[in-house]
Amino acid sequence: MALLRGQISAQASYRVSFAIDLGTNMVATMLDVLTVLVLFRVTKALGGFTLREAMVMVGLTALAFAAADLTVGNIERVKLYVNTGRLDAVLVRPLGVLPQLLLMDIPIRKAARSVFGATVLGVALASADIDWTVARVALLVYALLGGVLFFASIFVATASVAFWWIESGEIGNAFTYGGREFTTYPINIYSGWFRRVFAYGLGFGFVSYYPALALLGRTDPLGLRGGRGARAPAVSVAIAAAPAAVWRVGVRHYRSTGS
Amino acid sequence: MSVIEARGLRKEFTVRVKRSRLRREKRIVHAVDGVDLTVERGEMLGYIGPNGAGKSTTLKMMTGVLMPSAGEVRVCGYTPVPQRTKLTRRIGVVFGQRSQLWWDLPLRDSFDLLRHIFRVPAADHASRLRRCRSLLDLDEFLDIPVRQLSLGQRMRGELTAALLHGPEVLFLDEPTIGLDVVSKQAVRSFLTEVGVRGDTTLVLTTHDLADIERLCQRLVVIDHGRVVHDGTIDALHARYGSRRRVVVDLDEPVASYSGAIVEADGRRLVFEVDGSAAAVVARLGGLPGLRDIAILEPDIEDVVARLYKTTTEDAP
Ligand SMILES: Nc1ncnc2c1ncn2[C@@H]1O[C@H](COP(=O)(O)OP(=O)(O)OP(=O)(O)O)[C@@H](O)[C@H]1O
Ligand SMILES: [Mg+2]
Repeated sequence: MALLRGQISAQASYRVSFAIDLGTNMVATMLDVLTVLVLFRVTKALGGFTLREAMVMVGLTALAFAAADLTVGNIERVKLYVNTGRLDAVLVRPLGVLPQLLLMDIPIRKAARSVFGATVLGVALASADIDWTVARVALLVYALLGGVLFFASIFVATASVAFWWIESGEIGNAFTYGGREFTTYPINIYSGWFRRVFAYGLGFGFVSYYPALALLGRTDPLGLRGGRGARAPAVSVAIAAAPAAVWRVGVRHYRSTGS
Repeated sequence: MSVIEARGLRKEFTVRVKRSRLRREKRIVHAVDGVDLTVERGEMLGYIGPNGAGKSTTLKMMTGVLMPSAGEVRVCGYTPVPQRTKLTRRIGVVFGQRSQLWWDLPLRDSFDLLRHIFRVPAADHASRLRRCRSLLDLDEFLDIPVRQLSLGQRMRGELTAALLHGPEVLFLDEPTIGLDVVSKQAVRSFLTEVGVRGDTTLVLTTHDLADIERLCQRLVVIDHGRVVHDGTIDALHARYGSRRRVVVDLDEPVASYSGAIVEADGRRLVFEVDGSAAAVVARLGGLPGLRDIAILEPDIEDVVARLYKTTTEDAP
């Protein structure tokens, strides 16, 4: 926790850039929601979902992504550390690489996004017509944890690429930010192989779509068997184990830089 | 048990070499090519070699930063990469080219963070810090953010940071690089202080051989990833037949003198001697116009330059 305090005091030494970052983060999140609102001004329903129903998916995605970004989003920086050889210094301290990278720069600014995501989800849940039961409350919590874990593992997996491929550039972002876009909307608006690959192959469908169906008590327009929604978070957990292993192999693969 | 033990240690890097605009060729660089090394507790080891010899790579494998391609290495009884976190508590590392401190924090805060990361008892931390502060004169810049420190100030900070958890082995990769004479002296006398207690083992790489002369009894020279010399500095001199020289300056030129090389239009005589210079000096007593006598120790720079040259010629 001393590490935390140190980081906060370090960031405080750049007050202006901190304020700017906080501001841009807020604006970016609001734009996400605005996009959906604007979309519904054009059509009354999206993939058979009303605005209120769709907002549950938006809220689940926004909160899960923001929370994952807040906790492990910093792992993106590993690219820089690998590239410049600064990971050397990290490796000679008695803490895991991941915790050190995360603590190196506490993303206080990203906390604002989580708060905003929670608000969107709260409003969406309140206005959608949900028949609350104990099971559904449990499902909500469970779905959120699964979602956070899912996005967190996408962050870890894409960051691990840097150990093998230093010029990986923005490829990782296609999966993290692209994935968030994908789960913001009901998956039945996508078609063919694209939906199959992203929703089932990579598991993005299990972050917000299936949990939202279960919460709303709707059957899947895509005709998958019932009960899928409740099991969705378990799929996320299973998927999360792989990136953790890849990361560990990646650290051993680190080759530092000359001198 | 030895503190450091390496057997057939190797590291290969695959690099892509650009041949033409489109073609790239893979090439394997044998950065460390079968190093055997045993270091006992309390030794101060100078690890030298020309640029690209594999010094830094060896140190990185010993500190758990790089996974060896082949061979074995144990430091403090641990295998560095798999047992990295345990090992880090027992060793201290300074990479002269790369900072380990937090860029935006003053040294004081960095040291405090390290205390928490290494979980050092407050009393131990305080006494070690006090010692470093007085030996390295840290007080005047303890509260300035690291990014605003000069190289010499930062290096003193790095040394302190590496020692606060009381490591048994200290790895230093070019700790005097880029420092002025005074800062170099400060670093050397500090390391001497650390070394005299006899419980800290020191492994040092450098291109400044004065560091080695001041600090290290034992010298390991590597080139192209292989050990080409392992022994004392004296052994190195003996191997290359470098000798002490007696230089005599005269007022009047002489044509020749037995056992001497005549230089400077006959105004200077140079004798090469093994061991004591007493016999030569005694003989000079009666020489007319004697102005000055100087005895020069063999120059380590010369010997090492010769060593680097011969090994480079031998290389495939
Ligand atoms: N990360 C890396 N990737 C590819 N090749 C590397 C890497 N690090 C080192 N090398 C190569 O390995 C060889 C040994 O490098 P190393 O840095 O160990 O040399 P050194 O003895 O420390 O040299 P110097 O005195 O210049 O610091 C060099 O040929 C270098 O090009
Ligand atoms: Mg080096």
